[in-house]
Amino acid sequence: MRYFDDINVGDRMALGTVTFTAEDIKTFAAQYDPQEFHMDEAAAARSHFGALCASGWHTVAAWMNLRVQYGRREDAERSARGEVIARLGPSPGFRELKWLKPVYAGDTITYASEVVEKRVTKSRPGWGIVFAKNTGTNQKGELVMSFIGSGFVERRPGAA
Amino acid sequence: MPKYYFEDFSLRWTAQYGPRRVTREEIIGFAAQYDPQPMHLDEEAARHTMLGGLAASGWHSCCIMMKLIADGLLLDTASMGAPGIDEVKWLKPVRPGDSLTVQGSVLDARASQSKPDRGFVKFLWEVFNDRGECVMTLVCPQMILRRHPGVPA
Repeated sequence: MRYFDDINVGDRMALGTVTFTAEDIKTFAAQYDPQEFHMDEAAAARSHFGALCASGWHTVAAWMNLRVQYGRREDAERSARGEVIARLGPSPGFRELKWLKPVYAGDTITYASEVVEKRVTKSRPGWGIVFAKNTGTNQKGELVMSFIGSGFVERRPGAA
Repeated sequence: MPKYYFEDFSLRWTAQYGPRRVTREEIIGFAAQYDPQPMHLDEEAARHTMLGGLAASGWHSCCIMMKLIADGLLLDTASMGAPGIDEVKWLKPVRPGDSLTVQGSVLDARASQSKPDRGFVKFLWEVFNDRGECVMTLVCPQMILRRHPGVPA
């Protein structure tokens, strides 16, 4: 992770892709979101979705995993160059999460993240909050998911 | 057959679901699969983070809440899913052993202007731990079928 002070609005990360199999969709749904259109092909076919589709929470959890993996690769590269790795804190929340299209079994979603806002916090000296618009796009190029996430990022020592 | 339709949700509606105990094993299990950051995976590493100790991924908290609401309400409701989430605030860490309770209330309920078979109910869900602290809030519009389509709400 770069320091808060080195992150710029407009910075964009291509996070990678996830393919949602019917088995993965049903396993996730059984644990966390057992509505029938996420659990059973026949019931899903009768629903307004028309076919088995992933829980919206599954589509954002998959984003989170790719975001963490991206950060690990970035940190490894920074270490290799002898650069300091800034600490990443927890997230105070998110807003404007939109599930725009169903993610059907077999769909491959490409995830990205773009910094949209930075804010210094008075309550946490030495830290700032970075806001990013996070998106998922299916193999047909349709935006299926977007939200504005946030997270604490360490400030460069002496920057405040 | 669903028990609850759009007409059953007024501004006076409230409900409570849980408690649901969250274990250390499931916190680490969810994190390993979906949010593998040290603060959600490893007690010792988590101690040195802003959270000060092992805590559930916020997405895990959302998922636990979703399951409580699904089992408690949505599976008996003519729900068509949610088009999104307006806002989530993660206010306090969810720790291993915490028992979570979800409290629901209705912020707004209106019939769809374009589709006479459904309406939108905007719920506020507040998640409390067993120390009475609110750990998370979520505002979510839910699409729900009307019991009597086309009759003005």
